[in-house]
Amino acid sequence: MMDFIIQATYFIGALLFILGLKQMSSPVTARRGIIWAGIGMVMAVLITYFHHEIHHNYIWMTVAIAIGGVIAYISGKKVAMTDMPQMIALYNGMGGGAAAAIAAVELVKQEPMSFTIQSLAVVGALIGTVAFSGSLIAFAKLQGIMRGVIRFPMQQWTNALVFVLAATLGLAIVLSGTQYAMATLIMFFVLALLFGVMMTIPIGGADMPVVISLYNALTGLAVGFEGFVLGNPAMMIAGIVVGSAGTLLTQLMAKAMNRPISNVLFSNFGDAGSGEAAAVKGSMKEIDATDVAVMMAFAEKVIIVPGYGMAVAQAQHKVWELTKLLQEKGVTVKFAIHPVAGRMPGHMNVLLAEAGVPYDIIYDLDEINDEFPTTDVVLVIGANDVVNPAARNDPNSPIYGMPILNVDYAKNVIVVKRGKGTGFSGIENQLFFADNTRMLYGDAQAVANELVASLKEL
Amino acid sequence: MEGFVALYIFMLAAVTGYEIISKVPVILHTPLMSGSNFVHGIVLVGAMVALGHAEGTVQIVIGFAAVLLAAGNAVGGYVVTERMLEMFKSSKDKKENK
Repeated sequence: MMDFIIQATYFIGALLFILGLKQMSSPVTARRGIIWAGIGMVMAVLITYFHHEIHHNYIWMTVAIAIGGVIAYISGKKVAMTDMPQMIALYNGMGGGAAAAIAAVELVKQEPMSFTIQSLAVVGALIGTVAFSGSLIAFAKLQGIMRGVIRFPMQQWTNALVFVLAATLGLAIVLSGTQYAMATLIMFFVLALLFGVMMTIPIGGADMPVVISLYNALTGLAVGFEGFVLGNPAMMIAGIVVGSAGTLLTQLMAKAMNRPISNVLFSNFGDAGSGEAAAVKGSMKEIDATDVAVMMAFAEKVIIVPGYGMAVAQAQHKVWELTKLLQEKGVTVKFAIHPVAGRMPGHMNVLLAEAGVPYDIIYDLDEINDEFPTTDVVLVIGANDVVNPAARNDPNSPIYGMPILNVDYAKNVIVVKRGKGTGFSGIENQLFFADNTRMLYGDAQAVANELVASLKEL
Repeated sequence: MEGFVALYIFMLAAVTGYEIISKVPVILHTPLMSGSNFVHGIVLVGAMVALGHAEGTVQIVIGFAAVLLAAGNAVGGYVVTERMLEMFKSSKDKKENK
């Protein structure tokens, strides 16, 4: 009887997850969606206390849930909106680690399993471990604990070697039934951990959205596989749904950058171009905030292009204030969002929503790209690669072929930038040297403040 | 779990995941990634089972780590997703008030 109730609860839980995710795909029902999924989760977790395979360790279980839950709750509540991407990477890594640890418990037992189940346990362990260490590196990079990218000669071959070794040990474990040595199992996990680290360290920050999304999908798969091992349908369904949804999301993101996923993972930003990138002609021309304020106040149409720089400076509220002042003066203001602006797809949308910017003045790349030639002023705030014309006209540039916002077609371009260096990817931006471009140096928040102040004086 | 039933579940779940995400506006990509991150927090259920039948110190320690990590995934995933979607609501309300 109890088993029936448990299975029924898992069924309802899985249903709530799917319906919840479905509702999360529309802004109107999104909040209800996460609440439904949350109810499903609480139900599934509570009923698991009565699971027939659980004999003891109830106290440890509760203590672990309390510690993990409280730490995650506090960190999740405290984190700034701009740091969301790395928090998602961190929580995702924890899930991957949990899936790998489940496999470890089952494999350490060395009890007989069917060939299929043992294979799934090992494959799930490999995927989960890679997602774990890879996500932690992604977190460390975005959090600024780990800076820059680490590259060395023959890196891809070394990584491939580590992977092949890990996979070989995994195969050996599966083939030997219950006769594998503990040392083999430990080496298998160590190599998988190492592979996750090595796969992630050469990837630059600009590619992190794709990587986090990929690890999210991998964790889903690992959870699904371990669900098969434990014969737990809720884990199977939720895990596989996330695995496939995450894979598609990863593809959509990679497509937005016009780079196949293999390219993101196995060739590094900066390696793609074969020849010398075209030399940049001209010079950067500076401008004052006061002049920019005047220019915008007397424009008919202004498009604001936000990027990671706006996120770092927490300037979204000031930017919205600026927008409202311009609207009062009769200026049409629109926001143009590149699909990979920031560190996650939709990152900028989230920040602008936080500040209170309504949806109907925020546009995607495809919707707005034709409007730049008729725009008087484009204000680029902390975006770099997504507005670099080299993607369009320099076949030797590493970002050649990536769809960009054609801001250089506008009559005037103002670029708000912290300093004169190249951006996250280290690629020189031709836009900054164009005749119709003026540079407004400073922290995005400070600059937005000055613009607001100057506009109020007009 | 019988092999073919498991295979069917795998197939249907994969199609479901694919269908759900193919209709999502870009604006919701981050919250949805976060939401799906929360959903795989169901690994907590498996971690509890693993710890619940763990024998001996080594297994219990690994099982304990599994439950702790999984709880972090589930709770953290929920909190950040909820916070993100909360903002979407407030922005919409503002628009309606105009």
